[in-house]
This record gives sequence, structure tokens and C-alpha cells, in this order.
Amino acid sequence: MIKTLKPYLKGYGKYALICMLAMITEAVLEMMLPFMMSKIVDVGVANKDLSYVLKIGGIMLLMSLISLIAGAIGSRFSSVAGMGFGSQLRKALFDKIQTFSFSNIDHFSTASLVTRSTADVNNIQNMFMMLNRMAIRSPIMFFTAMILATSINAELVMIFLVVVPILGIALFMIVKLSFPRFEAMLYKYDGLNASTQENLTAIRVVKAFVRSAYEKAKFKLSNDALMEASIKAEKIIIFNMPVMQLSTYTCVILILWFGGGLVMDGKMLTGELMSFITYINQILMSMMMLSMIFVNVLISSASLKRIVEVLDEDIDIKDSESSSAFPIQNGSIEFKNVSFSYKNDVHSLVLENINVKIAAGETIGIIGGTGSSKSTFVQLIPRLYDVTEGSVLIDGRNVKDIQVETLRNSVSMVLQKNVLFSGTILENLRWGDQEATKEQCIEACKVANAHSFIMDFPDGYDTYIEQGGTNVSGGQKQRLCIARALLKHPKILILDDSTSAVDTATDASIRKELKENLKGMTTIIIAQRISSVQDADRIFVFDEGRINDIGTHEELLERNPIYQEVYHSQMKGVVSE
Amino acid sequence: MSKKPYNPFQTLMRVMSYMAKNKLQLLLVVILVILCSGAQVAGNYYLKPIINDYIAPMIGVAKENRVYDGLIFVLTQLIIIYVVGVLSGYAYKYIMMNLSNRALNEMRKDLFNKMQDLPIKYYDTHQHGDIMSCYTNDIDTIREAMSEGFTAVVSSAVSIVGNFTMMLILSPFLTLFIIAMSFLMVLIVKKFGSLSSKYFQKQQKSMGRVNGYIEEMFEGVKVVKVFNHEEKVCEDFEKLNEELRDAAIEANTYASIIMPIMGNLSYVTYAVIASLGAFQVINGMLDIGSLASFLQYTRSFSMPITNLSQQFNSIFRALAGAERIFALIDEKSEVNDGKVTLVNVKEENGKLVECEERTGHWAWKHPHGDTFELVPLQGDVRFHDVVFGYEENKVILKHINLFAKPGQKIAFVGSTGAGKTTITNLINRFYDVNHGQITYDGIDIKLIRKEDLRRSLAMVLQDTHLFTTTVRENIRYGKLDATDEEVIAAAKLANAHSFIKHLPQGYDTVISGDGANLSQGQRQLLAIARAAIADPPVLILDEATSSIDTRTEALIQDGMDRLMMGRTVFVIAHRLSTVRNSNAILVLEHGEIIERGNHEELLAQKGKYYELCTGITELS
Repeated sequence: MIKTLKPYLKGYGKYALICMLAMITEAVLEMMLPFMMSKIVDVGVANKDLSYVLKIGGIMLLMSLISLIAGAIGSRFSSVAGMGFGSQLRKALFDKIQTFSFSNIDHFSTASLVTRSTADVNNIQNMFMMLNRMAIRSPIMFFTAMILATSINAELVMIFLVVVPILGIALFMIVKLSFPRFEAMLYKYDGLNASTQENLTAIRVVKAFVRSAYEKAKFKLSNDALMEASIKAEKIIIFNMPVMQLSTYTCVILILWFGGGLVMDGKMLTGELMSFITYINQILMSMMMLSMIFVNVLISSASLKRIVEVLDEDIDIKDSESSSAFPIQNGSIEFKNVSFSYKNDVHSLVLENINVKIAAGETIGIIGGTGSSKSTFVQLIPRLYDVTEGSVLIDGRNVKDIQVETLRNSVSMVLQKNVLFSGTILENLRWGDQEATKEQCIEACKVANAHSFIMDFPDGYDTYIEQGGTNVSGGQKQRLCIARALLKHPKILILDDSTSAVDTATDASIRKELKENLKGMTTIIIAQRISSVQDADRIFVFDEGRINDIGTHEELLERNPIYQEVYHSQMKGVVSE
Repeated sequence: MSKKPYNPFQTLMRVMSYMAKNKLQLLLVVILVILCSGAQVAGNYYLKPIINDYIAPMIGVAKENRVYDGLIFVLTQLIIIYVVGVLSGYAYKYIMMNLSNRALNEMRKDLFNKMQDLPIKYYDTHQHGDIMSCYTNDIDTIREAMSEGFTAVVSSAVSIVGNFTMMLILSPFLTLFIIAMSFLMVLIVKKFGSLSSKYFQKQQKSMGRVNGYIEEMFEGVKVVKVFNHEEKVCEDFEKLNEELRDAAIEANTYASIIMPIMGNLSYVTYAVIASLGAFQVINGMLDIGSLASFLQYTRSFSMPITNLSQQFNSIFRALAGAERIFALIDEKSEVNDGKVTLVNVKEENGKLVECEERTGHWAWKHPHGDTFELVPLQGDVRFHDVVFGYEENKVILKHINLFAKPGQKIAFVGSTGAGKTTITNLINRFYDVNHGQITYDGIDIKLIRKEDLRRSLAMVLQDTHLFTTTVRENIRYGKLDATDEEVIAAAKLANAHSFIKHLPQGYDTVISGDGANLSQGQRQLLAIARAAIADPPVLILDEATSSIDTRTEALIQDGMDRLMMGRTVFVIAHRLSTVRNSNAILVLEHGEIIERGNHEELLAQKGKYYELCTGITELS
């Protein structure tokens, strides 16, 4: 565990070390104080030696001041080390996730990646700080106190030797018994919150079906189950304090009895007895801390596991040494015996044995039902996924031999599930080309039919887009995404259902602009609407992971039943122009 | 989040009332806490008599001459005190565990039950995240304060008072020094407390930015990759991350530095007291036993001070959370004063008679004074001059008149914001009209009990909202007592049966996280099945097929037609092929019906509908 996390401590190791040294200093000094006090009583008071009292008192004062400074330094440096470590870990996760391929991303859900990078990192960070401060301090406190107590009176230490293991076992049992119950409680707690959240988002359904009584009863069940689980766990945890008290009190009584006897015998001095009683607290407290550390390590080990899963994820798409950075020249595409499965398993293929060539500068339309794998097909071109079998060639070069950055700079793709980022429209557009001038951006927006609505916004191109693009309509968002993709000046442009929320007239205008302004660019358009693809050079009809037919609009309308079916269902109710 | 509560005392009393239905229980807890901390305070005091009276006099006395009776007696007293302390410690923890868990349970229940009774308007005007944080953040802070805070305040107070009293008894002179140190400590706690909360807020803000950025970039990570933007994004993140680190270091330093400072200040005090005390003992102003006791108190007097100040913070945070929870619980419930109810009827001698058993025939029971009238449920819905706006001076619907006779299909077409969904919101009384009247089978819907009105309507919404349970239970949501056969029949009607059969566990497949393992189209089919099983006379389809591609829609058209047969249907649709065969199509714009008629009539008018059909105008 420490091994996996070690690299992220880089640069902060010295702070962690200083913190530990400070903690050791503090612990040792703290433990020395009662010992010194016994000297005051037994030597100073007994001999009525005032100067001795002042001397030892002065040393004690000095020691406690040093201990105070050490404690403060420890706090400061453990914060620096802990937060530094946490931030490097968070950064490492973030960077790692940015290198994920699409299949790596699909492997985790977005929500789980977010939790891992936020809540889980915080847990680890807190555990680290606690370990940094306590893991050394508690044992040092324990042993120093034991050694000093032994040096005062070895016989009396026997009491500790009996009580400490018993307390240790008791604390261990409490942790061991309560931890699984605690986990069960947390599980129920998450479940309750998840179903409440679900009720909240589906409140219209609940009300429309008059199910509030049903929902209340359902909630009562899980709410009561949560309470029971929580009581079951706490029932054990509440033994912590009484067990601690019982051990302390037992030691006090035993030490007073036996220690008292020793004092009477003259084998021990009064001051020594007094300091002995002080050590009871410190020894037992340090054991309590150790058990707390144990619990925390247990709790955060789940977080650690989730973080390591991400850090250890194998990236399946990356450049090799032989990858070429030579740019794409023409933009011709060829699929050679391509099969694909998301699970990389030849038995669950979603694309089967695709063989097709697309010439540079050609416009291809793709039509097919949900689940016919048309999106999968185009995602293989910029190597968002790797083929399971066969190969994809661009300009006759296997995409696997081209550097990923070079490849994706030449292949611009507007994803079906697209997002805009918080920032101005101009900033969003410049995702396509960071050096683009405003004129170039306007140019692209004109092609994407976005310029006019942007100018209708009071702030024009400086209009701020909210997170997730919630303040623009679906059609506007799609047009901005197209403009953004055009700014890359790609050789190949892929539009994956990118104009579904745009009206047919605008849709037609975008296609016209593309044809006129970007000659020589290979264009692939996936669409639901026949009108979006009917003037393409060729149309691919996809059905259940295969290309069912290829042809022009007229040819397909004449011979392909799937195409005919789609065409007729869409033409129903639509007036021929 | 750490806003101060507005009315802490009142809120505190209300939280207390949740905790102790029985006031005696709380009183018992207070007594037990006092006993438990009192035992500790008293225990420390016993050092004095034990050393002074029983040990010191025996020093040097030969073993056979020693008298142990006194020591045994006083140690027995101490044992009894300690046993009482330990037992009451366990007892109050046990009682508090039950009280606080029950209180939290009760609070969550009230919260949830209230949520079910709130009008839709509340949900449309409040952030769901804020409502959820009542269940998570707010309940958590209350849990912390309840299980620790309440008793800790009492026990700290007892310890502080007890310690000072005992110290005063042992040595007023030394206590003076302790009081001076206490003032210093309180000052330090306050100073660091305010510094720490200042930096803590800074840290929270910074954390919010980092988390927001993480969320946004993970949500859009595929876009980042398509644009080769990884490096830029990582750079931006680094800046935010470093900002957070710096704020967090400060916040944490101040929060964690209090403990060592306070702890070590008590050691400073310990050193001073040991010397001063020894000086007094040498001069005969103090006995050695008192010094021993006093030193024990010196070691334990700083803890409760630190504790108390920290607990006050946590209690105030909890009260602020409780206030938010109570604000929700105190919201006004949906008004439901309708008198007209829906009852099962059968025909006897050509007359309708109310009956208990399910006959499949329903009627509205409309009371008129002592008598009542039974109106058969048919599904005749009419709007009479309806005016409505969500906000007072923003009218959404202007003087809408329309009628739907039983079995008719009425379609609404128009751009976003034209008021289509608003009309459906009014029919099932998610909102009430400002002006005019809506009637159902001739009865003003305001007179109908809401449950019964909604039972007579079924809705299929654009956002399908399935629940995390089996497919079977999701369909059954429309009719809780439906048999398995009925569920399958409904699924077949909606053309969902074939894909359900192919799911790993068929009808028993658990749908995860709002249906993530189903396609959008499949989810809509399930929602349609859910409406079908409810079998109401009126059906509202709000963009119900928008996510189903045209090929699949053609496949389920059959099922949809069968579902709509014999029912009054209101359809809102994006796709014009869906609305084509309606009895009437209403074109809405800016809250007004600008065109109405059937498909052919509207095309002939060459108006807005014609433009929509030919794709001249954008539909969104």
C-alpha cells in the first residue's frame, strides 16, 4: 500500500519526516514531565531544597515549551505533507483519466470516476495526515511511558502488563465486531439516499400514478432497516469509552493499593507514585489512538482500492515508438475485414467483417436503426476504439501506425452525445484550434449556420455558456459543436447524428455550406432523417452490425427494403416539396 | 453551508422534541452524564486523603503494625464511585444511541413523507441537489451533534465546574494561576477557531471549483479526447488543484494546531504548578496529597475547554442543518379538498349502483348535500377559457378553449415554450388554472379529489424515470395489484415483451441507476407498458416516442394504436408522423391556439402547421 502511494509523496517526504521527528520530540518530552515532577516531590520537597525545585521546574517549563513548538511544527508540516500528497494524488488520477481510451472510460462510470478523484482522495489524504501524526507518536508515547514507569518501579509495571493486553484485546474485538456492521450500515445508508434521489427525480411519475402512500411505505422499510443497522453497529462502538474507563480505573485502584504498600515499605517514593498514576492515562490513551488508527486504515482501504484501480488501469490505445507523425494527406478510408466487439470478444461482435472503401473527398451518408452499430463504425476511424479483428486504413496507412494526436487532428468528429464546456462561445470554438482568430471562428460558425443566432445574443461571441451548455437550445448546441469541429480544418469530418435537433431547412443549408466551402474533405454523416443523407455520394445502410446495402438515394429507394421502410415512415404526414 | 442558524433556540427545542418524546429520558441522560464525569472528578480528589491520611502516616511503620482498614475503606469508596461512573457512562451512551437513532429516523421519515405531499411547483422551483443535501449533509451534521455534542457539552461543563471547584478546595492560591491560564486558553481557542473557519471557507470554495472542474471534464472526457485537448485540460486542472492545496494547508494547519497548543499549554501549567506547589509544600502551606490531587486536575482541565468550544461549533452547524430540514417539513402541502371521488359501480335494473368489489366499471361520486350523483367515468375533457402562468405576471396560456370527447386523440404541436406541456400539467392538476375551468366528464376538476383525478389519467413523459427494481415491478408501478399475466399483457401491448425476454433475467432483470442498462427507446417502451397496465380512460403522451428511432417507432405503432384505442389521448410530439392521425391537431404559439383542425384541413390552410411539415420552420 505504501509502495503504490510513495511516488505521490515526492517533494513532500521531507515535510512528512520533519512532522514525524517533531511528533517524536513532543511525545518523549510529554512523557518525561511526570517523571521530572516526581523528582521535584521526592528530592526537592523531601529535602526542602528550593533551588532544586526551581531548577527542575525551570527544566520542565522549558521542556513543555519545546514540546509546544514541536507540536505546532508537527501540525503545520503534516498539513503541508498531507495536502501536498493529496493534491499530487488527485492530479495523478486526473491526468491518468485524461489518458484513458474510450473503452477505458466505458469501464468506469463518470460518477464513479468523480467520486474516486474527490471523496476517495480526501479520505486517503486524511488518513495520511493522521498516520503521519499518530502512527509514530502513539507507539513512542506508549514505550517511553513504559520505560519510565519501569525505571521508577519494575514491580508495579506488572499491573500494566496485565491490563494492557486485556484492553488491547477488548479494543480489537470492538473494531473487529463493529466494522462489518458499520459497513452494512453505510451500505444501507447509500441505498436509502439513492432511492430518495430516485424518488425526487421521478416525482412527476409518483404523483401521476398516485403512489405517494406506496413510496412512503417503501421508504419506511428502508429507513427502519437503516436505523436498525445503525443501532446494531453503535451498540458495539459504545463499549469503547466504558472499556477505557474501566481499565484506567482498575489500574488506578491497583496502583494505589500495591503502590501504596511499596511507599509504606520505603521501596517507592510519594512523588513516584503520583507520576505512576499519570502514566496510566498516557499508556492507555496511546492504545486508544492505535485502535483509532486501525479503524481509519480499515475505512480508507476501500478508498485506496478504488484509487489504485484507476491508477493501474491499462491504457489500451497509445502511441508506440514506430508511430508516425506524418500528417494525413488525402483522407481516403478503407475498412479491411473489420470486426469489433466492445468486450474484445469474438463471440459478441457488434460489427462483423466490414469491407468498404471511401474515397478522399467523398460524402457518405449512414442510415440504420438503433443498435445497428453505425456510431461504432465511425468511431473506429479516429481510433477511439481499436478494431477487434482486421484493420482500418487512412491514406492506405493503418491507423494504429499513426500517432494518435496526428490522427485525431486530421479526423474531426462531432459525437452524438456532445458537450460544450463552461466558458464563452469563442473559448468553446477555440477547442478546435487554439490559435484561431475571431474571423476564422466566425467563418466556421457561418458554415455551421450558427453565426446568426450567436449575433442575436446580447454578448455575441462572448456569451457565456453554462456548464453542460444548459443555456442554449439543443439545435444551437449542435451547430456550435459542428463549428468547433470545423475549426480543426480536418481532412475527414464525421457528424454522428449531429443535426437531429436542427430543422430540415437549416440542416440542408449546413450541408450546402459544407460542400461549397470545404472541397476535398471526406465527410461522413450519420442521420435519422433521410433528408439529411439523400444527396450524399453514397449511402450505407446499416443493419445489425453489417452493411446491408450501399448506393445512392435513388438506387436504395428502388431496391432496399430497410431504406424504403424508413423513407416511408418519415414521409408520412410530410408534404413533398 | 456553514451559515448561522436564524433561530437557534427554537430549532434546538424542536430537535430536542424529536429526541425525547419522553422528557424524563433526557433528564436521565443528563443525570447519568453528570455521574460519569463526576466520578472522574471525584476520583482525582481521592488521591489527597489516600496519600495524606493512609499512606504518608504509614511510611516507615513496620508491616505488622500497619492499619489497613482505613485504606481499604477509602479504596472501596473509590471503587464504588468508579463503578457508578463506568456504568452510568455505558448507560447514557446506550440511551443516547437509541434516542438519536430514533430521532434521525423520525426526522428522515417526516422529511420524506412531506416530500410526497408537496406540490410539483415546489420541485420546479427548488434545486434537487439542495433537497438531497437535507438527507445527506444536514442529517449527518445532526447525527454528529446528537451522538457526541449534546452529552459532550454536559460532561465538559460538569468537568469544568467540578475541576475548578475541587482545585479551589485544594488550593485557592494555585487555582488563581489556573484561572489566568484558562483565560489565555479561551483566547487562543477563539483566535485559532476564527482563523480556521476563515480558511476553511476558502478551502470549501476552492474544493467546489476543483470538484466542479473534475465533474465537467469527466463528463466531457470523450470530447476532450476527440479534440486532443488532454494537455490543456491537465494544465488548467493543475492551477485549480494547487490553489486548493494551498488553501487546504492553511485551513488544516489552523484546525489541527489547536490540539497540541492547548495540550502543551496544560503541560506548561503542570510545570509551573509542580514548582509552585512544591515551594508551598516546603513552606508548609500545602500538604503533599493536595499537590498530588491538584496536579491530576491540572492535567485534565484543558481538555474540556477545547472540547466545549469545538462542540459548540458542531452544534451550531447542526442547528443550521436542522433549520433547513424544518423549513422543508414546514412547507405547505398540496391542497387536496376535492369531494368528488372515483368509485366502482355495477348496473342494477338499468341504474348505476356503487359497490365494493372491482367491477372494471367506474363512476364519479358527486355529493350534493346529503345525496350524491353517480356520473359514469368516460374521459370527456374540456378547457373553458383557461388562463395560466407559473409566475404571477407571466401568462403562459391565454384563453384556451378545447374539448376532447371520449375516445378522441388530440395533438399539440408548437415550439418549445409554447405551452404544450403546461396544458398537461393542468389536466392532472400539477398546477391549478388561474382563470377559467377544466372539466372532466362535466365535473370541474377542482372538485375532484386529486388521487382520484390522477388515477383516471395516465402519463408517459419524455424523461421516463424508471426505478431501481425489476422490470416486472417497474411495469406493475401502474397498477400495484396487477398479476404477472397482466404485466406480460401490458408489455406485449407496448411491444416491450420481445426485448424483455432477451434480457439476462427476463422480467426479473433489475434495472440499474435510472435504467442505465437499457437504451432510451427500451426505457420508453417500459414507460408505455406502465401506463398501459393502469388502464385509465385518459392518456397523456408527452414526447413519449421522441427517443425511439423511426424504424422502431414503426414497430411499436401497432401497440401504441391498441393502447390509444377507446381512450381520450393527449399527444405532444416532436415528430409529425406521430400526430398525423389525430382527431384534432392544435398548433400552439406563445400560449395561444393559432390553428386547429385535422391533418388535411391544416395542410390546406398553408399556415404554421404547413410550414412545420415542410421543414421551413424549426421545431425544438
